[in-house]
Amino acid sequence: MKKRIVYVVLAFCLSCSNEPTDRNTYVPTSNPLEIPQVFEDHIIPPVIPLNNPQTVEGVALGKKLFFDPILSADHTQACAACHNPENAFTDPARFSVGIDGSIGTRNSMPLFNMAWNYDEKFFWDGRVFSLEHQALEPVINPIEMNNTWETVVTRLQQHTEYPQLFQEAFGASPITKELATKALAQFQRTLISSNSKFDKHLLGEATLTAQEANGLNIFMDETKGDCFHCHGNPNNPLWTDNIFHNNGLDATFSDLGFGEVSGDPADNGKFKSPSLRNLAFTAPYMHDGRFNTLEEVINHYSEGLQDSPTIDPLMKKVNEGGVQLSIQDKADLKAFLLSLSDPSFINNPAFNNQ
Amino acid sequence: MKNILALTFFTLLCFSCTEDADDNTSENVSAAFKFTHSWNDTPVTNTDFNSIQFTNANGEEMSIEKLRYLVSNIRFEKANGEIHNTSGHFLIDVTNAVNLVFQPYTPIPKGEYSNVIFTFGFNNEDNYSETYTDLNSASWNVPDMLGGGYHYMQLEGKFIDNTNTVTGYAYHAIRAVDNSDPDNLLFQDTFINVELGPVSITKDLTFNVNMNIAEWFKNPNLWDLNTLHNMMMPNFNAQVMMFQNGQNVFSLTGITE
Repeated sequence: MKKRIVYVVLAFCLSCSNEPTDRNTYVPTSNPLEIPQVFEDHIIPPVIPLNNPQTVEGVALGKKLFFDPILSADHTQACAACHNPENAFTDPARFSVGIDGSIGTRNSMPLFNMAWNYDEKFFWDGRVFSLEHQALEPVINPIEMNNTWETVVTRLQQHTEYPQLFQEAFGASPITKELATKALAQFQRTLISSNSKFDKHLLGEATLTAQEANGLNIFMDETKGDCFHCHGNPNNPLWTDNIFHNNGLDATFSDLGFGEVSGDPADNGKFKSPSLRNLAFTAPYMHDGRFNTLEEVINHYSEGLQDSPTIDPLMKKVNEGGVQLSIQDKADLKAFLLSLSDPSFINNPAFNNQ
Repeated sequence: MKNILALTFFTLLCFSCTEDADDNTSENVSAAFKFTHSWNDTPVTNTDFNSIQFTNANGEEMSIEKLRYLVSNIRFEKANGEIHNTSGHFLIDVTNAVNLVFQPYTPIPKGEYSNVIFTFGFNNEDNYSETYTDLNSASWNVPDMLGGGYHYMQLEGKFIDNTNTVTGYAYHAIRAVDNSDPDNLLFQDTFINVELGPVSITKDLTFNVNMNIAEWFKNPNLWDLNTLHNMMMPNFNAQVMMFQNGQNVFSLTGITE
């Protein structure tokens, strides 16, 4: 009897530990993000939801889904159709074309370093919280994939490979849209760009040219470009604040942007600051892709600003059209901006449909 | 007998699994800091932002669109010179109502204190001694060409200028720097040590501190936004004026226990 009490107490004691009680529970292979040195050194860790840890199987499933037109109603478009790896996962067309020929009003956003979007507000207007929820939208958007998740889930269940891949990624749970978007989010979180010339400069592995260095000074100079307040700096190598600003594109708004989402007129005409990484691959620029070249972008801030009630206070000399950079300053600023592009990102086989 | 010993051992082991009870209730307390904001006597929150509804001492009508500032180096001084330092810095983001109430990470010993002090911004050691990933992530940095380190405050909005035009302003406080010779930057300290006065600490308490935003534009320097509304980070004199006007911006409105 005493021996039995000892065993009961022992069992109770063991229950104090954090070991899983069901040792047969399937656990996919953990695959934590590899944090780049320039991020590790300068900024806080990425956002990884506790209920969607990175796994080898989840990332692989997410990648397959990302490149699979099975998500679209007529099997013609994958996520990659509008988020092309060669273009840092954006679309070189100003407006992407949906499966039925519909055309949107905004430029497809490039996809990288999304795990470091700390506020987790996604899209140009921040209308969706979390990467997992973001992935729900394009599938059902009438001007994009124009599908239903019920159809997608049915297709995945009847597919020859996906049931096994979902099981490997998430265990024996039935296929759901939530699991599909979890996998997509896992893959998208692996899209890390951190190997530009400027990143190498930060690591002491590359030297900026005189023109690039002068361009950085213009970028950081409050009396010249003053780009750093919204677009990061060498200590914030995301090169965005991921916050919503009216950068003086229009005097009146046909697209309210963040204001449509918040319902606050003070937010009308505000859109998320995009990262300045990979500009070499992501033309056209701005939320509506109105500028085809970096020269046009720089000219906008230099002499093209349009006043409006919600224009950001950081947009200086609005009555003069902008900060009035010299031709040389513009050329130097462009050279610096291009040093933030990362060819290894667009050529990374892990991110391509192979 | 062996089984009884084993039972005793495992029972003790089990109890060791539980979290420690509060084992230090006698000597230390936690002190919180709650920051409120006003325009003179009128309370201000982020719901008052984005509309031109304030009038500064110089007569300009103005709005606030963004206000965030840094508080650091909170310390408790005793009459005998003993100082109890706390760790941590706090970026108070009024725009998004983040960190309006915070607690230093260090417990405070009970006792009589002759002064409680915090630093608006960073002192020079804290400003340059290390990189703060949280502040970098908030793009709170000062460009290297201005000496590096971090902002103390970002206050932004619009005002109606003397041509009746709505114009943006960016009242950004940093350590004053004369960068007329880029190879020989000249600095003047502009962080502010805010003294909250004596306190007797016997239990957990909250210091209620108010920032009167209007003071930044009032005393001793009557601030003319028409001439000083942007590009103030590299403006040495403007930074010194901000420092001078900031001396009476903060006040202790009460202590709650």
